Amino acid sequence: MKWGQPLSLTLIVFSTATRSLSTSVQLHAQVQTKSKKTLAKPGVKNIVLVEGVRTPFLLSGTTYADLMPHDLARAALQGLLHKTSLPKDAVDYIIYGTVIQEVKTSNVAREASLGAGFSDKIPSHTVTMACISSNVAMTTGVGLITAGQCDTIVAGGVEFMSDVPIRHSRKMRKTMLALNRAKTLGQRLSLIGSIRMAHLTPELPAVAEFSTAETMGHSADRLAAAFGVTRLEQDEFALRSHTLAKQAQDAGLLSDVISFKVPGRDTVAKDNGIRPSSMEQLAKLKPAFIKPHGTVTAANSSFLTDGASAVLIMSEEKALAMGYKPKAYLRPAYGTPKVLARAGLTMDDIDVFEFHEAFAGQIMANLKALDSDWFAQTYMGRKAKVGAPAMEKFNLWGGSLSLGHPFGATGCRLVTTVAHRLLKEGGQYGLVAACAAGGQGHAMVIEAYPQ
Amino acid sequence: IYIYIYIYIYIFSVDDCLPALWFDLKTLTRVYILSICTARTHVNYEVKEDVAVIRMNDPTSKVNTLSVQMQNEMIEVFNEVLANDAVQSAVLISSKPGCFIAGADINMIQACNTSEEVTKLSQEGQKMFARIEKSPKPIVAAINGPCLGGGLEFAIACQYRVATKSKKTVLGTPEVMLGLLPGAGGTQRLPKMVGIPGAFDMMLTGRNIRADKAKKMGLVHQLVDPLGPGLKSPEERTIEYLEEVAIQCAKGIVNKKISLTKEKGMMQKVQDYVMGIEFVRQQIYKTVTAKVMKMSKGLYPAPLKIIESVKAGLEQGPDSGYLAEAQNFGKLAMTSESNALIGLYHGQVACKKNRFGVPERPVKNLAILGAGLMGAGIAQVTVDKGIHTVLKDTTVEGLSRGQQQVYKGLNDKTKKKTITSFERDFTLASLTGQLDYSGFEKADMVIEAVFEDLNIKHRVIKEVEAVIPPHCIFATNTSALPIKDIAAASIRPEKVIGMHYFSPVDKMQLLEIITTDKTSKDTTASAVAVGLKQGKVIIVVGDGPGFYTTRCLAPMLAEAVRLLQEGVDPKKLDALTTGFGFPVGAATLADEVGIDVAAHVAEDLGKAFGSRFGGGNVEVLKTMVEKGFKGRKSGKGCYVYTPGLKSKDVNPDIEDVLEKYKLTPNPLVSSDSDVQYRLVSRFVNEAVMCLQEGILNGPVEGDIGAVFGLGFPPCLGGPFRFVDTFGANKLVEKMKRYEEVYGNHFTPCQLLLDHAKDSSKRFHK
Repeated sequence: MKWGQPLSLTLIVFSTATRSLSTSVQLHAQVQTKSKKTLAKPGVKNIVLVEGVRTPFLLSGTTYADLMPHDLARAALQGLLHKTSLPKDAVDYIIYGTVIQEVKTSNVAREASLGAGFSDKIPSHTVTMACISSNVAMTTGVGLITAGQCDTIVAGGVEFMSDVPIRHSRKMRKTMLALNRAKTLGQRLSLIGSIRMAHLTPELPAVAEFSTAETMGHSADRLAAAFGVTRLEQDEFALRSHTLAKQAQDAGLLSDVISFKVPGRDTVAKDNGIRPSSMEQLAKLKPAFIKPHGTVTAANSSFLTDGASAVLIMSEEKALAMGYKPKAYLRPAYGTPKVLARAGLTMDDIDVFEFHEAFAGQIMANLKALDSDWFAQTYMGRKAKVGAPAMEKFNLWGGSLSLGHPFGATGCRLVTTVAHRLLKEGGQYGLVAACAAGGQGHAMVIEAYPQ
Repeated sequence: IYIYIYIYIYIFSVDDCLPALWFDLKTLTRVYILSICTARTHVNYEVKEDVAVIRMNDPTSKVNTLSVQMQNEMIEVFNEVLANDAVQSAVLISSKPGCFIAGADINMIQACNTSEEVTKLSQEGQKMFARIEKSPKPIVAAINGPCLGGGLEFAIACQYRVATKSKKTVLGTPEVMLGLLPGAGGTQRLPKMVGIPGAFDMMLTGRNIRADKAKKMGLVHQLVDPLGPGLKSPEERTIEYLEEVAIQCAKGIVNKKISLTKEKGMMQKVQDYVMGIEFVRQQIYKTVTAKVMKMSKGLYPAPLKIIESVKAGLEQGPDSGYLAEAQNFGKLAMTSESNALIGLYHGQVACKKNRFGVPERPVKNLAILGAGLMGAGIAQVTVDKGIHTVLKDTTVEGLSRGQQQVYKGLNDKTKKKTITSFERDFTLASLTGQLDYSGFEKADMVIEAVFEDLNIKHRVIKEVEAVIPPHCIFATNTSALPIKDIAAASIRPEKVIGMHYFSPVDKMQLLEIITTDKTSKDTTASAVAVGLKQGKVIIVVGDGPGFYTTRCLAPMLAEAVRLLQEGVDPKKLDALTTGFGFPVGAATLADEVGIDVAAHVAEDLGKAFGSRFGGGNVEVLKTMVEKGFKGRKSGKGCYVYTPGLKSKDVNPDIEDVLEKYKLTPNPLVSSDSDVQYRLVSRFVNEAVMCLQEGILNGPVEGDIGAVFGLGFPPCLGGPFRFVDTFGANKLVEKMKRYEEVYGNHFTPCQLLLDHAKDSSKRFHK
């Protein structure tokens, strides 16, 4: 299980520009000149985000409990098809991101797309990069379009924590495999006789990063301490996330959520992890990872979540030719602070921020790092800090802490949310950032198109 | 010579960290009056809410030591804290990154002339810590970095301990390694804190205990994770964080949220009950004493005194216990064993410095020729030090065996959890195994560890010099071939140097570096720098047959062979040598070295030095080799080795060989004691001759080389200290007696005679 590795500040960036398709191509060009600057480059193919959807994100072990990962991914794909009326044969390639793999469906992209009725002639593959797996699914799609291999891509992500592969111990596995090869009864009996109690201890999926053997929660707690983020700050941030998510949900802003009839259960249409509480209640919780003096608790961390997301990405010509209204331009990747510099943007120019909230402590630490000259000079080779985003623009519809964080699916949610918020709030630029285990990260700039 | 020795007492080796013994605390009043008019430089405190944060930082040193100044200021601050009504509790912390308290100046004891003076120092320390222990305001020790000896005794006198999980944080009582005991209440507090067996383990081995283990043992109450990059440097922020947590603990103790009497688990209760039975305790003392006697042969008084002090406290009450501790501490400080061990400690520190300066270019790429036991061993200690290492062999089989050895070494560390599997894999990525010379154009240094044959070495040096860049150093790992003979084939002899490693390379601390008169100073500086990076204790010696270490060992082994010929049983021979303090007996040593190697060296050095190196008949060794008795590696030597079996029997087949070369012992020089001195005096005489001839730079390196490379008894401190302590005249007297029987094998060298004549002449001041 890998939560977003909060130490990462190496941010891969790709920029997107949100535009409306209701205007003609000419008008389109006019509006572009009106905007502060264009992120389009001559000679580089424009790639657009047409639509993004997701299943409701549910606490693991709840309504989705009896499903399998590809069921959720299939639901997201069907939701996308439904919302876009996309002909199933119009897709050139399908890419999914996931973190904990179900061994029966290791290429979950394939299982889900076939199940959703896509042609078996459409290739599909699965990618993984911890909490930014679906971000990578999207950038892989961008790459395929840029290379001229495809015009229409479906990218998505899925995570299913209600069931995880729990293995027999290595000793037991070895014995069982040897048993397969045993030829005589004697050999079999002697192998069976070699089984001891120790063989029966199961092997749980590592809750830790393989290379550092540190769990994400533990790492987040240390990170918060390194940046002097207090328990109070973290609890306040968590409460803010839940409160804003509740408001957004009640106001019907989370329009990327599709309803999903779960076989044998009810139809789910809403995220179920949003629980605005009180500071008093939050303060009662004991630290979950570093005891007794840690600051990261169950309430100021994102919870184990089931969910899937999907986005439709196309080349601009193709989208226009098919009569779509794209929501964003996707471009090749650069580094975050660099992309801001190259685009001539500063943190002040950004109207909408959507950052992945793995832990309140982690996100607060990241914000403090962005706001620190010392950090920028010592660890980023910059002359001065990038600056922290303004909180009144930050994760206004809730975040991973409150909406949930299905590891493999969060990236698409972030991108879709930025696109939707720019449309709703009328801003010009959006910035998405997410961290991942292994000290990695991902970010992108989105440019809005006036309505 | 490839020697497989584990020196059972190995000298503690944290760079510059002096084992800590806190004593010499001046009386409180005197210090108080004295300090009013002086500004504090080592200890200060600030009050945060109602917690006094006492910070230590010795501005004159890399580490905090309990110097007189530090102690005086500490007492002054402690008194102020006690007197300050706004203060409810205190936190004791070091503001020096990576060091809590590493220790006090050993010279403080060495400055004392009588055991009574030392006992008094101990008692003053005991009094001070008793005050800390009884402090009405709880004191939390916040530990980051080494907390050793007196530092640990200070910490365990505090009411509560918080430690960082940093790799630098180690707790321990290394006094035993200096022939001393924890003299400021350690022998009394530790058994109560970690239990009798745990306390004995700590105090008798002196080993360092990492923070997580210390928590499990009950030595510390709480652990704090070291922090990574943040708004300040990780080290600085980690100390701040440790302080914050310690302050919370201090407040928690005051407002009773943290209980100082921890609830005992079932196991603990059972253990306490068992330890409450006098009979059980007596059994423990007996078992531990027996074990100590077996390991130390009774040659080291400190472990016994530790047991005695613990026993006094537990059986007769604290007053007797503290008194026994102080008195025993005084007695130990005056022993020759302690003097010898402290000498080795100083010597070891000295041999961990590069007296040749900083090399012009650091070695970043090292190539090793030969993936045998030595070559792979050298790779093993190099590859994890940030040096890219090439291991070259001539056959795939040889190379794979070597690579597997390096992997196994790292994997064993992974199993012991000193490194993670990731660190293992990451480290191995710096090792390249290959069969050709590709990439040698980037090598900064080549160490050859090929077969000990001059012709092969010449061929190799020519091959290598054809591919390496001009600045590259060529080091040869040989145990006996003179470096100048090897360098004769070189076109750039100033870049040729000898690096004599000891087997197993990852366990043996010594590296003997050999320079010829053509070796440049920068080449030497570079070789020493590489050796230090590899964690070695280094002696730099002049060139000559056998250099220093092999040359000292050869006559002793020749004598051992003669003793075998005279009918001394290998087991008896071993018992006599270990009884003298050698960690490995002479017969076993010959097996470990390899009978073939011993024969080879005996013959070579015999040719070089003539009849003086005679004694035992080389034919004995040669016949053994012919019969396939090459020592441990062939399964048979003086003993028979059965894999998996620890005990070994004398090889019955060597009786025929010995019978063939039988000599009649002369009863005048064949008593047990004479056997011991015949072996040792030849070793020592040769060592002194090496100094006389200028092979050795000084007696310190001579002692370090003999103890760390050859297992010369650490309790004697090395051949030179042995001469000082034993008396050169007495040694010469014995040698003359042996000389009468055996001739020039025992002729004392001139320098030894000079010392014998003038008792004021000493190797160590």
